[in-house]
Amino acid sequence: MAKVTVDGIEVEVPNGVSVLQACEAAGKEIPRFCYHERLSVAGNCRMCLVEVEKAPKPIASCAYPVADGMKVFTDSEMVRKGRRGVMEFLLINHPLDCPICDQGGECDLQDQAVSYGLDHSRYLEEKRSVKDKYMGPLIKTIMTRCIQCTRCVRFATEVAGVPELGATNRGEGMEIGTYVEKALTTELSGNLIDICPVGALTSRPYAFVSRPWELRKTDSVDVLDATGTNIRVDARAGEVLRILPRTNDDVNEEWMADRGRFAFDGLKRRRLDRPWLRQDGRLRPATWAEAFGAIAARLKGLPGDRIGAVAGELADAEAILALKDLMAALGSRNLDCRTDGAALDATRRDFYTFNTGIAGIEEADALLIIGSDVRRESPVINARIRKRAAAGNFPIGLVGPQGLDLTYRHEWLGEGGATLRALAEGSHAFNEVLRSAKRPMLVLGRGALARPDGAAVLAAAWQVAARCNMLQADWHGFNVLHHFGGQVAALDLGFLPPQGGAAIAPQIQALWLLGAEVDPAAIPQGAFVIYQGHHGEQAAARADVILPGAAYTEKDATWVNTEGRVQRGRLAVHPPGEAREDWKILRAASEALGKRLPYDSLDAVRARLEAANPVFAGPEFVPHGCADQAGPAGDAGAVSDAAFVLPLANYWQADPVSRASATMAECAEVYLRSPQKQLAAE
Amino acid sequence: MTEDVSTSNEIPQPESFAFDAESEAAIGTIVARYPAGKQASAVIPLLYVVQRQMKRQTGSAWVPLKGMDAVAERLGMPPIRVYEVATFYFMFNTKPIGRFHLQVCGTTPCWLRGSDDVARACRDAAHVAGYGQTSADGMFTLSEVECLGGCVNAPILQVDDDYYEDLDYEGTVRLIEALRRGERPKPGSMIGRQTSAPAGGPLTLLDVPGE
Repeated sequence: MAKVTVDGIEVEVPNGVSVLQACEAAGKEIPRFCYHERLSVAGNCRMCLVEVEKAPKPIASCAYPVADGMKVFTDSEMVRKGRRGVMEFLLINHPLDCPICDQGGECDLQDQAVSYGLDHSRYLEEKRSVKDKYMGPLIKTIMTRCIQCTRCVRFATEVAGVPELGATNRGEGMEIGTYVEKALTTELSGNLIDICPVGALTSRPYAFVSRPWELRKTDSVDVLDATGTNIRVDARAGEVLRILPRTNDDVNEEWMADRGRFAFDGLKRRRLDRPWLRQDGRLRPATWAEAFGAIAARLKGLPGDRIGAVAGELADAEAILALKDLMAALGSRNLDCRTDGAALDATRRDFYTFNTGIAGIEEADALLIIGSDVRRESPVINARIRKRAAAGNFPIGLVGPQGLDLTYRHEWLGEGGATLRALAEGSHAFNEVLRSAKRPMLVLGRGALARPDGAAVLAAAWQVAARCNMLQADWHGFNVLHHFGGQVAALDLGFLPPQGGAAIAPQIQALWLLGAEVDPAAIPQGAFVIYQGHHGEQAAARADVILPGAAYTEKDATWVNTEGRVQRGRLAVHPPGEAREDWKILRAASEALGKRLPYDSLDAVRARLEAANPVFAGPEFVPHGCADQAGPAGDAGAVSDAAFVLPLANYWQADPVSRASATMAECAEVYLRSPQKQLAAE
Repeated sequence: MTEDVSTSNEIPQPESFAFDAESEAAIGTIVARYPAGKQASAVIPLLYVVQRQMKRQTGSAWVPLKGMDAVAERLGMPPIRVYEVATFYFMFNTKPIGRFHLQVCGTTPCWLRGSDDVARACRDAAHVAGYGQTSADGMFTLSEVECLGGCVNAPILQVDDDYYEDLDYEGTVRLIEALRRGERPKPGSMIGRQTSAPAGGPLTLLDVPGE
């Protein structure tokens, strides 16, 4: 530890930290542009100058290590003069077009110019101008505003793992770009907008939409993947205008995946905003009373075993619970939440969660990925794996398609079941790597379970974990990676049929779909289908009654991420039209069916949630070990040789919200359909 | 000095680039100089290899995009890292140039000794409009460069890889005329001085003590 005095305040900091960090420890704010705590130090903006006793010149505090007994001054005349000089230089070539710049109001340069800028410019020569670059459909560039802090270059290289950005040319001609014009091939590109301290990289869909002070900000949780990214929903006049990540070191650090960030325009399109009723074979607009009346008329007197219910991938815990309670009241146990057919075993929570925890990845020292394209299933978790891989000594094996670009180096072990069987038997060469590790972990993609031998795959993966030292008293290396924010809560609430049962069976005469995209062909002929959800797709078209629900930004709801972390999302805007929060719809329907659910308020629902499963009461996530090595049911030897087929072939349009989004449609067009379009788009 | 080119798609690029046998031989020697895992250090010499090969094959010494990609692939580094290096150093031409690259040193010692005359002679004799320009016949490209480190024999004109020293207006014109005729005058001092010895012959150590 080193003792450092900052403006007379003595602080003790670890050896090797920078002077800037020591100043922060003392509560002093240091202005900066290029320094970012999650990126490597560049030291090129020079804004963080401080004075150090006995040093003849001001020093760049971000790149200067502390020494014991150092005396630092952050607000001396020398410092103020130095920072003013740096600011003047930065502004020489900056266009000062704040009135038409989208960064205005949340711009580091603007803010710091208030403290250190001169009130007039002494620069009379011509300013340089830089051609704008094309970086894909999500990022708008105005490169003349760039102050060349290189944060974006370092982010792309270090965090996103796509070294495609760089600084070309030199001196006054230096420019940030890709040189070869192309869309950045990353699912994390939106973060470039956040880390850019000026208005050079801004959001293309958000261009000229709003000023930050006009927005109402609501803290919530992203559910478009299973990461549980903490978000802030910015809305104005009942409309979501943008979504930004919040910092949570245990989950997403400060990053966010592009689908979660940019798909929200899908919340305004193709919405179910009023009840619909099928009459004479056609759906017609109806009132809530008519809809409930039709449901009651059809369901009353129907034996419970003739009624089924399916919860979709974006359903919240409150709604799932209410639906489960309603089904119980109707005498039905035909429940299911596995719309993808994944053979999950919900008898124990660690059979279906990401037990290591996202932050726990950084403690692991070997990784086996089974049937998962982590990069597309959860870009943020993938960035965490990349971060661990970059730290070194982290062998990674993949059982899945060969040549998968996960942004980090990995060993391809095989493409399918044969390799997994060998690993489960312990006869594979990679077993030795795992066994010699102290904290090995595996990531089992949910997609690997959605095949006929899914139960066997699950059992085999568990066997690998058990045999390779992954299940320890203080370390749990078995991880299932889910795809959407509503999938784990349904398992926590046991929204599953009894052993051997199914929600959709031939004898089903009424089916309640809670945002579940069920193949209409699988629904028995003549069955009465109730679709409750926010976006109408195939299943809604098959429905006899449509009940308009709320999307994740439109309700106070509980979500469980792939770790099993229980988080609360909050209402940012009200649901459109006559749509309502889902648990309330179910509560009202229960009244019509004469099976009144015993809760009238959100608090009461949540009390019932906690009673149904204590995890909803407990802390968000507790790192845990594995107490019981007994594995899930399933015969590990029965894994077929079939190759693992990755789900989410189309990252950009994987859920109902993103399928309705114009932004995501453009991304899919650029990234998936026509590579040449990348050039044509400019 | 500053090239008005920020992205590669503003320059017509060849469809492909592959190292020829001569380049391959050079690459082998160069890459072997660096320890295993540090091959990226060879990026600058390899870009020269590309530039020389282009000169051999097309008569124009420049580094096309495909050439940079070939270097990146050979050294196992992301292409953008090669683009950064190639665009940073003005020794690498990222767009086609003329057959002869006339590089006038304009730094203080050369300037004091008459580099303005050398530049003017280049413009007149090679029929080049100015710095960064190529003559209409495609023979000459004129560039201004920073100190070439030959200050004792200033002013200097670098033609491709050769230094021509102690130039004046007429000497430069004669040199360019000779190049145009296909001759390659012997590089070095154009007034006959030996390396960087005093002009007109040695001034010290004229006698051998004891003789």
